[in-house]
Amino acid sequence: MSEVRKGKKTILVACGTGIATSTVVSDAIEKMAKENNIQVEIVQCKVTEVPAYESRASLLVTTTIVSKEYPFPIINARAFLTGIGLDKLKEQILEELKK
Amino acid sequence: MNHVKFDETLVIRNVEGENSSDILKHMAANLYQKGFVKESYAEAVIAREKKFATGLPTKGCGVAIPHTDIEHVNQSAISVGVLKEPVDFGIMGEETEKTPVKLIFMLAMHDSHSQLKMLQSLMGVFQDEEILLYLANEESEVKIKEEVSKRLNLNNVKGGE
Repeated sequence: MSEVRKGKKTILVACGTGIATSTVVSDAIEKMAKENNIQVEIVQCKVTEVPAYESRASLLVTTTIVSKEYPFPIINARAFLTGIGLDKLKEQILEELKK
Repeated sequence: MNHVKFDETLVIRNVEGENSSDILKHMAANLYQKGFVKESYAEAVIAREKKFATGLPTKGCGVAIPHTDIEHVNQSAISVGVLKEPVDFGIMGEETEKTPVKLIFMLAMHDSHSQLKMLQSLMGVFQDEEILLYLANEESEVKIKEEVSKRLNLNNVKGGE
């Protein structure tokens, strides 16, 4: 964490275990960022590990409940798994990536 | 590459239980008997489900993807459960909301990032109402195994497509 990349957003992708749903969601966001030529750093983690990244993250995309308050927006990514409401979700994430 | 084990003995039909924990216990016991998971897996997957629910209100019939931390797993595997009657599972990402679940895809994951393709294919299955209804109603474990293997690319299908 010594290197601070200015202008490159850190996006946290979290689920309960950090191995299953967050893997799928991370890949989807990475593709979205690439397609839109946006430089992002994606950190895949357990939701309990989110506080460790609090100071450098600008967005949290998650498939689980987040009970804590954070200084960045939190987006529920369940639509990546069910396909229901997917377009709206992608739009919402893209809007945050472009900020 | 870490192969994901799956065969018809990991397809369990007519699973019965009062609640989600009963169902998970039953399916986890089967994975444990076959040596794919450690004894601690059952308890861990039940605890994890309580804390981070994995039910998904998919079209056709509800599904759940119970799983837990990698240290409880010996060998990556997937087990498919078809419930006799739908049982309520908490919805992933919701605090109290529940959804009736008919199909369980229990994941035993042994390493963190290597199963992306399989997981993506699984989400593809969740978005396909026709396949979900087929799996929920098919009476042959072998046929369920074949369909899931094909969709998740779990085996090398001879003769290709």
